[in-house]
Amino acid sequence: MSIAEIPDFKQTIPIDKIGVEERVSRLNKRSIKKESKLQALKLALSMIDHTTLEGKDSEGKVIQLCSKARTPYAPMPHLPHVAAVCVYPNMVATAKKALKGTNVKVASVATAFPSGMAQLHIKLDDTRFAVDQGADEIDMVISRGEFLKGNYSFIFDEIAAVKEACGSAHLKVILETGELETLENVRKASDIAMYAGADFIKTSTGKISPAATQPVTLVMLEAIRDFYIETGTMVGMKPAGGIRKAKEALQYLVLVKETLGAAWLTPEWFRFGASSLTNDLLMQIVKQETGVYQSIDYFSND
Amino acid sequence: MSDTISTNQPVDKTTNGSPKPTSPNSDLKFDFASFWEYSAAPESSDFVEIDPKYNHFINGEFVAPVKGRYMKSINPATEKVLCEFAEGTSEDVDSAVKAARKAYDKTWPKLSGKERGKYIFRIARMIQERAREFAITESMDGGKPIRESRDVDVPLAAAYFFYYAGWADKLEYAFPGRKPKSLGVCGQIIPWNFPLLMLAWKIAPALATGNTVVLKPAESTPITALKFAEICKDSGLPEGVVNIVTGAGQTGSEIVNHPDVNKIAFTGSTKVGKIIQKTLAGTDKKFTLELGGKGPNIVFEDAPLDQAVEGIINAIFFNQGHVCCAGSRLLVQEGVADTLIQKLKDRMETLIVGDPLDKNTDIGAINSKAQFERIQQYLEIGLNEGAEMYQSSCNVPENGYFCKPTIFTNVSQSNRIVQEEIFGPVLTIQTFRTPAEAIEKANNTPYGLASGIWTDKGSKIFKTGQSIRSGVMWSNTYNKFDPTSPFGGYNESGMGREGGLHGLYPYVKF
Repeated sequence: MSIAEIPDFKQTIPIDKIGVEERVSRLNKRSIKKESKLQALKLALSMIDHTTLEGKDSEGKVIQLCSKARTPYAPMPHLPHVAAVCVYPNMVATAKKALKGTNVKVASVATAFPSGMAQLHIKLDDTRFAVDQGADEIDMVISRGEFLKGNYSFIFDEIAAVKEACGSAHLKVILETGELETLENVRKASDIAMYAGADFIKTSTGKISPAATQPVTLVMLEAIRDFYIETGTMVGMKPAGGIRKAKEALQYLVLVKETLGAAWLTPEWFRFGASSLTNDLLMQIVKQETGVYQSIDYFSND
Repeated sequence: MSDTISTNQPVDKTTNGSPKPTSPNSDLKFDFASFWEYSAAPESSDFVEIDPKYNHFINGEFVAPVKGRYMKSINPATEKVLCEFAEGTSEDVDSAVKAARKAYDKTWPKLSGKERGKYIFRIARMIQERAREFAITESMDGGKPIRESRDVDVPLAAAYFFYYAGWADKLEYAFPGRKPKSLGVCGQIIPWNFPLLMLAWKIAPALATGNTVVLKPAESTPITALKFAEICKDSGLPEGVVNIVTGAGQTGSEIVNHPDVNKIAFTGSTKVGKIIQKTLAGTDKKFTLELGGKGPNIVFEDAPLDQAVEGIINAIFFNQGHVCCAGSRLLVQEGVADTLIQKLKDRMETLIVGDPLDKNTDIGAINSKAQFERIQQYLEIGLNEGAEMYQSSCNVPENGYFCKPTIFTNVSQSNRIVQEEIFGPVLTIQTFRTPAEAIEKANNTPYGLASGIWTDKGSKIFKTGQSIRSGVMWSNTYNKFDPTSPFGGYNESGMGREGGLHGLYPYVKF
């Protein structure tokens, strides 16, 4: 891509918040029943980045997480495994080992997650370390302070540098939309990330409230759509944080289906960053397949 | 679909400006259909009882028509007969007007405002209680998607009754320093596009101000009005205050011509509106007319485009485009025309056309065979005028009257499809260069009911708004209704206002 094709990020694309919320509420009225519901529940399960990002994480915890990721619900072995596990860089090797022989990817947060308040060389080292440990995907955070100052070229260059450090690993760029606050900022940060080389754009770290919301996700999906029309390059989307219920997950899938279409409805192009969502999806799948709800105690809390 | 009309024309990239030759992917398409289709989610209509035969509601009773003639109401989505209903003749209208006069002389305006309000509040609550039944009935009788009848028609109808119930005992504050008096018997004739909602717009202010009513619903959608009659009965509303006479144009004409009617309120076509106005000339009957429209929806280049696309969809495809205030003319600034039209086409691909009772349906059935044929004629007129037609590639059911969402580009102001009201899911798209040109085009039809403006700039909204002759202007949204807001038109879109405080004026004298 030549410099000339990169838009001027000082220009703001107007976005009407009320209109976005109305669109979301209309999409939420889609009624997902019967076969389409079961199909979507399984699809959502296969799109999960099963996540643990806590200071108290240990190898033991990560191994349990990986076991759940591989076989979400043992009584139903035909269910898909989740897309990836998402851990801190120092847990990548453990996760990689625990997932050996499966197609479950290992994603690692990097670049001084969650605040991003570090110097670039530290962020790049963080990234390289995670990649060396075997991470398939890197979830980086942008420097929100610089963004809000209007220092867009800083953000662009930083993302481009991390992308380079990723090598063949996929790069997900976390915008931390809860700190960007306006939908115009969300759109702008999405555009910067995509033009700088992001493979995925992601809403949140999960450490800031609000985390993922549907209006924010819709704006990001529309940014992905416009970027695709402009450049022919597909970029993935990952809402993360705060999505706990199967019903919400289905609403997100409707957003994807009616904004980007079928091509994005795969784990390759759409992910949920979540932990408790997995069990709610499993409960709903079991309900759909057997006709009865099971107690939450039948599902492992990993 | 007529044979002469190609239903899925390829997107012509050279239309509306230049293509993007440098783009590596000018043929990139989004696939909204091939994977994860929504299963059918039909609203169950089992519990809704529609009688095989309905009579007039006169003086608190359902009475057979004097001449004994009945008409049929068709479900436009299945083309099956739903029920028979009475055809009103001059005898029926006369007995309805007599009942209304008796109620006017004996009871209704003599009640205190508080007492009248009590009945109207009760009616509003009973509509809410039977909301699901009303929504399903409305969708079956008129073809509108259940999503709209459930979320718009019925809740809004109840809201209008609630709102005007509140005015009933506060009329002296509505007109400070003046003493409002009721008019007498009001003849009200309503259209088929929002049967229950238009009934509410008419009956609620009339009752609040102490008038009595003879109402005629449209001949293709009489059922909810007759179910409303059941509510009048069950609510204990004094007999004769609301009378409902069914029938077609002739019945309406009997109401307009009846010498003992004091006011006519009509919503419908401009053609009929003109006839009514001629008929009423020289009489002392008051009247309000709410007629057709050809609403301009103006998108400036600084508008939030994705939300504007949604607004355009709402403006023209809401209720199959059977909306007098529909934004049926899109005026878009040249710089963003290509982008906007492409976004609009993509969005149209996700519209689901089909069974009105399915909760996922966006566009239901065209209300009647006659209207369906009229729309088809306009599509041919558009093609013959040299316009380029684009329709979404959706499937439509084999039976029933369905029309794919349609847009016409390459149209000019002089085209009939730009000047005349089509009353269907058909949008014409014109471009403009300057605000002055947008205003000129927006005003250049005989109508003036509603308009939309899309821009990020507040001052532009007000500046443009001052120059556009329309009763309603929505900014950065479209087709929003609220009982507190007046509604009505300029020029051939009618006269008088309904809704809000202004909606009380046509029902009082001083």
